[in-house]
Amino acid sequence: MFNQDIVKPENLVYKKTDVLTDKIMHYCPGCGHGTTHRIIAEVIEEMGIQDKAICIAPVGCSVLAYNYFEVDSLGAAHGRAPALATAIQRLNPDHHTFTYQGDGDLAAIGTAETIHACNRGENIVIIFINNGIYGMTGGQMAPTTLIGMQTATSPYGRTVELNGYPLQITELLAQLPGTYFVTRQSVHTSAAVRKAKKAVRQAFENQKNKKGTSFVEVVSNCNSGWKMTAPKANEWMVENMFVKYPIGDIKVDGEIVQK
Amino acid sequence: MAVKGTVVIDKERCKGCGVCVVACPKSVLALAKNVNGKGYNYSEAIIDECIGCASCAMVCPDGVITVYKEKK
Repeated sequence: MFNQDIVKPENLVYKKTDVLTDKIMHYCPGCGHGTTHRIIAEVIEEMGIQDKAICIAPVGCSVLAYNYFEVDSLGAAHGRAPALATAIQRLNPDHHTFTYQGDGDLAAIGTAETIHACNRGENIVIIFINNGIYGMTGGQMAPTTLIGMQTATSPYGRTVELNGYPLQITELLAQLPGTYFVTRQSVHTSAAVRKAKKAVRQAFENQKNKKGTSFVEVVSNCNSGWKMTAPKANEWMVENMFVKYPIGDIKVDGEIVQK
Repeated sequence: MAVKGTVVIDKERCKGCGVCVVACPKSVLALAKNVNGKGYNYSEAIIDECIGCASCAMVCPDGVITVYKEKK
């Protein structure tokens, strides 16, 4: 250990937020879930909405998210988080309900709930973790799996003839009039984390101002599912995932961003 | 004088993913040869070059890194 003498409260630059519990997360080493949990918790702390935030945990790797957020939480049936969030937010309009969903939950079984909640313009925040795979169940093919990507259920790579095209649900949702803010971010470098945090903050601010649905996609790694080390998975993500899922704002203030 | 910073890493919570090692602009961090209670090669500072930029803490999925930086 170096520079022990400067370890003082007045020199503190960064420390884990208290909105996250001290439980050790069950996520694999290097998983983007942990980082995304952290930035959401930091935004909740910065906005001072800890007693008003309500987390809807999905089914998937993040099914135990309620163990890690020090806020009120509920577990939804598979894919039904936006429907549950709709009810909670309508009953508690001054609260901040957010769902935290993976691609198997949001873009496969929960497509109908997601699209209709966004189309109704429910005043909720949806955080969508896209890693192109079903992580928890052992790395099966998801709707967002890339063409040619090998998974447990597409061992020779996904093909268009057999499995169709990867679903760009974020672009699809941006077309709906109910969504106010739609963006795609990532959490693989410190600059990307800061940008993603800004986007999450924007989403919660929109909710405070009752603007409609805010949707933040986080393109993440799944190093266990992709069978790589964490730094290698991040590199692979930049080279392959970002081609199909380009990072950036898609809809800001209810207007689609022209590229 | 160069900026002086330091990192305090919670060894027992670290999962040794190595994301912070790649993120550090000064190559201060490396995975230890020893393992923690869970069998992970935890991350540790190996040289006295830390500038307290908190890049490592920003990317850490488990929030195990606390960063300090000396005030001028």
